[in-house]
Amino acid sequence: MAACSIEDVLAKAEQDEAEKLKSITVQKELDLEFDIGNLVAYDKNRIDIRQFREQKKEDFLRSLARDNTQLLVNEIWKHPTERVEEVIVVKLPEPTTPLPREKPPPKPRPPTKWEEFAKLKGIQKKKKTNLVWDDVAKNELHRLRNIARAQKIKVPGVGLTPTAQQSKTDLARAVNVAKSSTASAGKFQDRLPKEKAPRNTGKKRKFQPVIGNFSNEKQRQLDLLKVMDSKKPRLDVNKAVNKQMREDDREESAAKFKKGGKKGRKGGNFSGKGKGGGGKGKGKGRAGGKGQGPPSGKKGAGKPGKH
Amino acid sequence: MQRRHFPLLSIHVGYFKASAIKHTSEATKMKQKEGVIKPKTKRAKRFLDNRAPKLTENVKNAMIMKGGNTSMTVTQALKDIYSLKKPSAVLYKKKNITRPFEDSTSLEFFSKKTDSSLFLFGSHNKKRPNNLIFGRLFDFHVLDMIELGIEKYRSLSEIKNSKCPEGTKPMLVFAGEAFDHDDDHKRLKSLLTDFFRGPVVPSVRLAGLEHVLHFTALEGKIYMRSYRSLLKKSGCRTPRIELEEIGPSFDFVLRRTHLASDDLYKTAHRQPKALKPKKKKNISHDTFGTKFGRLHMQKQDLAKLQTRKMKGLRKRRGPAAAAAAAGETSPKTAKVEVE
Repeated sequence: MAACSIEDVLAKAEQDEAEKLKSITVQKELDLEFDIGNLVAYDKNRIDIRQFREQKKEDFLRSLARDNTQLLVNEIWKHPTERVEEVIVVKLPEPTTPLPREKPPPKPRPPTKWEEFAKLKGIQKKKKTNLVWDDVAKNELHRLRNIARAQKIKVPGVGLTPTAQQSKTDLARAVNVAKSSTASAGKFQDRLPKEKAPRNTGKKRKFQPVIGNFSNEKQRQLDLLKVMDSKKPRLDVNKAVNKQMREDDREESAAKFKKGGKKGRKGGNFSGKGKGGGGKGKGKGRAGGKGQGPPSGKKGAGKPGKH
Repeated sequence: MQRRHFPLLSIHVGYFKASAIKHTSEATKMKQKEGVIKPKTKRAKRFLDNRAPKLTENVKNAMIMKGGNTSMTVTQALKDIYSLKKPSAVLYKKKNITRPFEDSTSLEFFSKKTDSSLFLFGSHNKKRPNNLIFGRLFDFHVLDMIELGIEKYRSLSEIKNSKCPEGTKPMLVFAGEAFDHDDDHKRLKSLLTDFFRGPVVPSVRLAGLEHVLHFTALEGKIYMRSYRSLLKKSGCRTPRIELEEIGPSFDFVLRRTHLASDDLYKTAHRQPKALKPKKKKNISHDTFGTKFGRLHMQKQDLAKLQTRKMKGLRKRRGPAAAAAAAGETSPKTAKVEVE
């Protein structure tokens, strides 16, 4: 009894499977050839010409196409699928039909000047390893810091102390610091012919955060008000003295110039600018002329420029 | 009143493109390639590198053009095939008075301008009515040309159905013995695959397999039909296909052909070495499909091999020596079966 039922169950299962597959199976004499990489199917079966003529052409072609497409789709569905962003996608193999290329394969590029030079000199390309904390450098840094603390001098920041491996940026920074450490703050230091001026220099302004320490902010504001309120002026003695000295110098030089100018006029300076005049006017005129000279010169240059 | 002289508009005789050239400035740069003028901007360099020969090539562009005289059928047919081949196609509006079978210089010139290696030339005269010439080029020289005559044609607009979206990769089916036996038909099969296949992609969306182009070779004629495939539920994972014709539908008859010589055809198929798949060393397969791997070991002293640990056989010299002896492991075999 049990044996019969098992057989029945198996038979029924097979029947069910066949039913399911009935809708997608297609009977063909010869199997089709597929090139799934290109989504192409080649059907080499003979086409019954009589059937083609009897049936309506379009219907015959349509049924043939349906069968072939079904086989092609069956073949495509055999390939592995994966889910990419909520979409099920089938992974296609490489195309198998040989198709001609568009252009001939690329020729190897001729080596560049650097590549030739490197080959000549035997220079190999060195791969830069990732930055690793150097124990030797750490010791050096600590040693210098201790010395500085003992002698109470300032230590230059990280990067200016010489380490084993210095990167391009470190060296550049060291060069810039060295250049600007002269009496004139590097203003008259010559630059190499193709060296560019260093950017990112200049004071960095630090601003207090908008909402930070409330008590701090309150204190600062109160101090400011106190200073504004006080009757005594805030005097920076140094600044004041320097300012005064500059003023004095200026006055002196102006006075010298005036004296010199009058004397020169008496001596009979007939320099050919032709702005001659009489008496006081001459001195003034000359000064005025001199003052106007460059602008008028500019005007003259400007005019032809406009047209 | 004085007459004003307007500057003479230069009238281009020949070709205006229906699809706008996206980079007109780059098109002028095409005139002189890298050898003659070096690109001055990165954009120009990118443009020229895109058109230079590469290991894996771009999608083949097709140029669709009209001959000296065309009929309504031919113009409509060209428009339909252009819509099938969009966006990797250019449709020229004006007529070009050339004969591809006799003189292919103007075709080669146009292909250089638009970087196209496929062309479709439509014409109509008394001797060859409703003529379409499908062709492809290699290195901007004509490789193959096949002339097909349209006997019956139904356009996209005639068949009133909802169409597939532009740019879907079509499934192609070639039916008929002729595609296997006859040389001309074999070349035509290769040409049509090249023309309609679209970009080569590593994966395809299953729901997007909508478009089917079916070519049947029968009694010297080639029937081309275009269907939209509907994936219906079947009992199992693979769907059942139902087809709905969307058009265009052509009944072609094979006319003249100009096929490439064997050696030129071979040169065109030559693939660069770099594309060959790298062979993995030390892996082999036997006839049953079992995968074998090879391990390379150093020379072993067979006298000192320990195969099995038997406690009783251990030399009792002291506890340290005993611990060292127990640490030896058994050696591996030279050939290991994997999977």
